[in-house]
Amino acid sequence: MSVLDIAAIRQDFPILDQQINGYPLVYLDNAASSQKPNQVIDAISDYYRKDNANVHRGVHRLSQRATDAYEAARDKVRGFVNAKSDKEIVFVRGATEAINLVAQSFVRPQAQVGDEILISHMEHHANIVPWQMVCEQTGATLKVIPMTQQGELDLTTFDDLLTEKTKILAIGQVSNALGTINPVKEMTAKAHAKGIPVLVDGAQAVPHLAVDVQDLDCDFYVFSGHKMFAPTGIGAMYAKQELLEAMPPWQGGGDMILSVSFDHTQYNELPYKFEAGTPHIAGAIGLGAAIDYMHKLGIENLAAHEHQLLDIATAKLVAMDGIRIIGTAKEKASVLSFMIEGVHPHDVGTIFDQQGVAIRTGHHCAQPVMQFFGIPATARASFAFYNTVEEVDALVAGIKKVQELFA
Amino acid sequence: MSDADLRDLYQQVIMDHNKKPRNFREMDNANHLAHGNNPLCGDALVVFVKLNGDVIEDVSFQGSGCAISVASASLMTEALKGKTLEQAEEIYQQVHKQMTGEEADRSALGKLEVLSGVKEFPARVKCATLSWHTMHAAMDSDHDISISTE
Repeated sequence: MSVLDIAAIRQDFPILDQQINGYPLVYLDNAASSQKPNQVIDAISDYYRKDNANVHRGVHRLSQRATDAYEAARDKVRGFVNAKSDKEIVFVRGATEAINLVAQSFVRPQAQVGDEILISHMEHHANIVPWQMVCEQTGATLKVIPMTQQGELDLTTFDDLLTEKTKILAIGQVSNALGTINPVKEMTAKAHAKGIPVLVDGAQAVPHLAVDVQDLDCDFYVFSGHKMFAPTGIGAMYAKQELLEAMPPWQGGGDMILSVSFDHTQYNELPYKFEAGTPHIAGAIGLGAAIDYMHKLGIENLAAHEHQLLDIATAKLVAMDGIRIIGTAKEKASVLSFMIEGVHPHDVGTIFDQQGVAIRTGHHCAQPVMQFFGIPATARASFAFYNTVEEVDALVAGIKKVQELFA
Repeated sequence: MSDADLRDLYQQVIMDHNKKPRNFREMDNANHLAHGNNPLCGDALVVFVKLNGDVIEDVSFQGSGCAISVASASLMTEALKGKTLEQAEEIYQQVHKQMTGEEADRSALGKLEVLSGVKEFPARVKCATLSWHTMHAAMDSDHDISISTE
């Protein structure tokens, strides 16, 4: 069914080869965090075994090698999102930190009482709370693009929501709770027509879609490494160079300065102005290795395989009695949220785990989405390219087991 | 853990109380009540208590949650109705012990022993204890309070 040799690919992921409660592990919680291939694990351990030193500092050989590897990883990220320059790539802890950076360093200094920040109803808490904080700090108001029962953005009022008071449009490219792929390129064009800058939260998109920030033309694009087969604690922010130049630093410290005296500090050039302190060097190198790995397999191939799994799983669940799928957008990636009639998702999660099937149950850090559908939580299966059709069958078997137990 | 553990957790009594929770109602003349929340899984319930002197004349609850939290709350209301505060406290302590894997006094637990299966599922202990913590908070306070387990 796929041009990829999934059995061979699974050999690259040692964690997948284990039993849980006497069953083979079926890992379907990729939207929460993905597993790491040997290529990433080895890149990190090789760095610590051979090259570890601080970056951008010493003249000694290890420091030089660490710096080269760290900056090479930055260039891989640049290529991955097709940015023009390495100066536009800032390493961060993850998408959450990047959104907070943009909120505090870009929006907060210019927002005033009565201004507006525009997000959507299907955002992850990471793309809600940092903006609420800016609203509290500045007196700006949070505005929300509504959504439909299918879990698609309702863009009928979008033009009216973009006003002269809107300081930023911050929108997720793929919904983590619903799987919906949002038309961020078209939305960006509309926002730009009114001079409104745009942040795209790509945390859930980067493992599934080829990203081209120049084509999207967004002003900020943020993502986390751990959802795309790289370590936790590392992520990246793309931002247009002219914006980064105009923005004040977010955090102060070492590495982000050119010179410091008690009278005056001169900030470093881009992107270092936004990277105070010793960065997560090994994480960045691991992220670079994950990008190499995805390129080797072909991002289009990965996406095609995942999409087939999603289609097969969706068709199987639709054919079952007592299943309600939450999020039925036309364009979806990887995520299958569902309810089993009469059973709380938390019970579903426990029974699945007993059969070695790891899914997420809960509100997925998207409580407004749960409130919209009038449910406390969902069960969510989310696929990666190393998942198989047999694992979809295990998902279906898990649902049958739940229904049997709760009959 | 095994399938047997799963059957221990989701015993017939639990399933029955989940489907048909007892004392599942608002209480107009409650003189103690508390809200309980488990933000992680979205379980939310209110426990109502009517104390007459030191006797629990009536106890009820409302809310939504997983089978374990609903059944635990339902069983709790049955167990505590008519008990004195001192007896209720003893039951609370024994329930807590059994769920955290300590040796508990089985005679004090009675039917509540069906909740013991939860100790094999550490991620679910919070579900089973939510109503009990909420009840405890309700007793300790003469005004509406909120508690949260995470």
